[in-house]
Amino acid sequence: MKPFKNIMTAVVMGFAVGMTAMPALAETPANMLVIANRIDDITTLDPAESFEFAGSDVSRNIYGKLVNFDPLNLAAGYQPDLAESWTVSEDGKTITFTMREGVKFASGNPVRAEDAAFSLRRAVALNKTPSFILTQFGFTPENVNDTIKVSGNTVSITTDKRYATSFVLNCLTATIGGIVDEVEVMKHEADGDMGNAWLKTNTAGSGAYTLVSWKPNDSVTLKSNPNFYLGEPAMKKVIVRHVQESSTQRLMLERGDIDVARNLNPDDVAGITGKDGVAIDSALRGRLMYISVNQKHPILSKPEVRQAIKYLVDYEGMQNSFLKGQYTIHQNFLPATYLGAVDENPFSLNIAKAKELLASAGVGPFEIEVGVREAQERIEIAQSLQNTFAQAGITLKITVGTAKQILSRYRARELDMYMGAWGPDYPDPHTNAGTFAYNPDNSDEAHATGLLAWRNAWDTDGLTDQVAAAVVEGDRDVRAKMYADIQAEFREKAPFAVLYQKIEQTGRAENVHNLNLGGAITAVSYWPVTK
Amino acid sequence: MAMAENNGSGRRKSPLLPPVLVTILKTVGSVIVTMLGLTFVTFVIGRVMPIDPVLSIVGEQASKSTYDEAYAALGLDKPIIVQFFYYIWDVLHGDFGVSLLNARPVAEDIRRVFPATLELATIGTFLGVVLGVPLGVIAAVKRGTWIDQVARVVALVGYSMPIFWLGLMGLLIFYGILGWVGGPGRLGIFYEDIVPTVTGMILLDSMLAGEWDVFWNATTHIVLPASILGYYSMAYISRMTRSFMLEQLSAEYITTARVKGLPERTVIWRHAFGNIKVQLITVIALSYANLLEGAVLTETIFSWPGIGQYITTALLSADMNAVLGGTVVVGLIFVLLNIFSDLLYRFFDPRATK
Repeated sequence: MKPFKNIMTAVVMGFAVGMTAMPALAETPANMLVIANRIDDITTLDPAESFEFAGSDVSRNIYGKLVNFDPLNLAAGYQPDLAESWTVSEDGKTITFTMREGVKFASGNPVRAEDAAFSLRRAVALNKTPSFILTQFGFTPENVNDTIKVSGNTVSITTDKRYATSFVLNCLTATIGGIVDEVEVMKHEADGDMGNAWLKTNTAGSGAYTLVSWKPNDSVTLKSNPNFYLGEPAMKKVIVRHVQESSTQRLMLERGDIDVARNLNPDDVAGITGKDGVAIDSALRGRLMYISVNQKHPILSKPEVRQAIKYLVDYEGMQNSFLKGQYTIHQNFLPATYLGAVDENPFSLNIAKAKELLASAGVGPFEIEVGVREAQERIEIAQSLQNTFAQAGITLKITVGTAKQILSRYRARELDMYMGAWGPDYPDPHTNAGTFAYNPDNSDEAHATGLLAWRNAWDTDGLTDQVAAAVVEGDRDVRAKMYADIQAEFREKAPFAVLYQKIEQTGRAENVHNLNLGGAITAVSYWPVTK
Repeated sequence: MAMAENNGSGRRKSPLLPPVLVTILKTVGSVIVTMLGLTFVTFVIGRVMPIDPVLSIVGEQASKSTYDEAYAALGLDKPIIVQFFYYIWDVLHGDFGVSLLNARPVAEDIRRVFPATLELATIGTFLGVVLGVPLGVIAAVKRGTWIDQVARVVALVGYSMPIFWLGLMGLLIFYGILGWVGGPGRLGIFYEDIVPTVTGMILLDSMLAGEWDVFWNATTHIVLPASILGYYSMAYISRMTRSFMLEQLSAEYITTARVKGLPERTVIWRHAFGNIKVQLITVIALSYANLLEGAVLTETIFSWPGIGQYITTALLSADMNAVLGGTVVVGLIFVLLNIFSDLLYRFFDPRATK
């Protein structure tokens, strides 16, 4: 056994020496930003079509917009970008933008009013997924030439009725508002597709970066645009690598092979916190976790039962255990940092109160089915609900399925209860108000499957009119107040219990500064980053 | 294998054709039927799955007109059999369609991801064979001794340890702590896009280009995932080798050989091992095919953009063109490896051609 003992001793010693003699951490070059992220959701890079998180990250850094968010001051709301100013007509329907002079696309072509008009008309004409963000203002492929017009250095857009200016401008900050280089794009038009096939995998913008390569499920590489009107960014190259596993991202960050790890789970965040050279940033994102109950259900449609359910959620318990660091309690449909967002969270776990409400509704023990998609955190939330609901005599039968399976039943109004998430589509309060609290036709025939209120067969108890009024209110402050009021009523009446808002925790090399992930309202910005 | 029997019966039924031609015709026929069957089954499963490929493209907020446009563009408004024939027609022209998710031709995607898997699986299988075969032979020869026990434990660990755990531990120790190997991905970021793509296999391409820095960097990146796959493969191959060898070593002709005074090395390697080559080929081919099919978990942990990860991502996103394309390619590899092992079978065992 002696040789074996010697070998084992050598192995253990070798291991110990190896541990103590850890090689010095590598470091990425000073003018290069390397990020690990999950980018397998990118399906296209055409701003008229792109509607995914990782795609928005790319688009935001490649395309300028008429108006845009300043990454170093998101709270200020939309600011001039390619349009240096704008005026609103007296009837509130026409906004005229004056283009910034002297701005060039990465191709060297000047950014003209024609490019802005072309980009918006194109997005409407292509009728891709995010086109509703523009078509909700009455733009159609048939009328875009009349409603989006160029005159000299100005471009004007005319909506079908008066909307809050802040609503229209917020929508133009979405990815679909990206201004493309008409000359460059039309060179690559095929079969009348307005360059769509080409722009899926190529870019033609005026933003801080241009695309070097996009290898699906592998990497996105950007290089700085020397023509960027705010000056060429400090990071000359940005590489986003697809790294699926949180623990792998953590190792790469610790080794200094990457500067930023975008998808760390709570365990890895805890493991890396306090390590030399690494910082953890927490930023609120727009995603909300919520439950809702079908108003076709004879018991669940009772107001007291709807209220009772909101007292049967262990908000704190979940936040402080398996959701720690990933979600924060938020009980309103507008994510924090949105115009009109409020931070009142009146509900907490209160079994006695829930029982009292159920008794006052004359409801005895009953069973309902909750649909959940097969994601770990959602299943855990459903299990926690199952436990707390049981304490008030409600048996929760959990049905787990793929996103598509559960969603198709939810859209068909078949589920008693749904447990899921909602992410805003564009950075204006109407994006959520218009789905949680707006439902002009509650009939089955309406098939308004895009509206969460309709999916739950809820007629909104009068909130539909209030939402319709808020979306046309011209005064930004008054509008914000209207949304606060709508949410106060919503909290009490709605068959929805909004539970949490997403927090994104990012691991960052300490020498990386000014990295803004975009909060709840926009995507990441690389151009202010310095090392 | 089945091919040998087919050959024999084919010869009886077609006396007018030379046997080689009959074999070739039969092989081609079986490949066509297998591939058609595989494609059809995958195609039908893809169509009846409770996943809506249109929703995957347009998202749940899309308007009805956007949905309808995408529905028609995918040809989903046509009968399923018509869709299938359209698909087969395109495949015969080398067109697997366009990935619903990334808007690129599936054939182009497969050309990009498959070499990554091929490179990894080949090195993995090579390690598995080089280590597994001698280990299996020694374990059989030294049956019941401590060497056999160690070989058993090594194989058992390879069998039972979840590969993702081995991968993560490997990364933690050899990359995270010791820094001996490169991190996830096929290359370090500074070596990306230096070498022109010829075969898609970076080790080979960098050698062809004479870029030895790139070659070395790629080696540091592939060594860990390939070793883990190699370990997995070794566990399987060594156990099978041991069991084949035990069967041979207990045969009478081995006893006779020993009685005749042949050196033990000759008895083991020439006589016993010589007789298990044919079985080993099948085992190795199967193991290789398994790795080529894509070691999804290994590819995920090591951010290795290979075909396993590609098909899995496509499947979860209802990107049926990509799933179908990937399945056809993987199926073809299985069939080709089968044919290849049959050929080797004939080479090593003359009885198979009779």
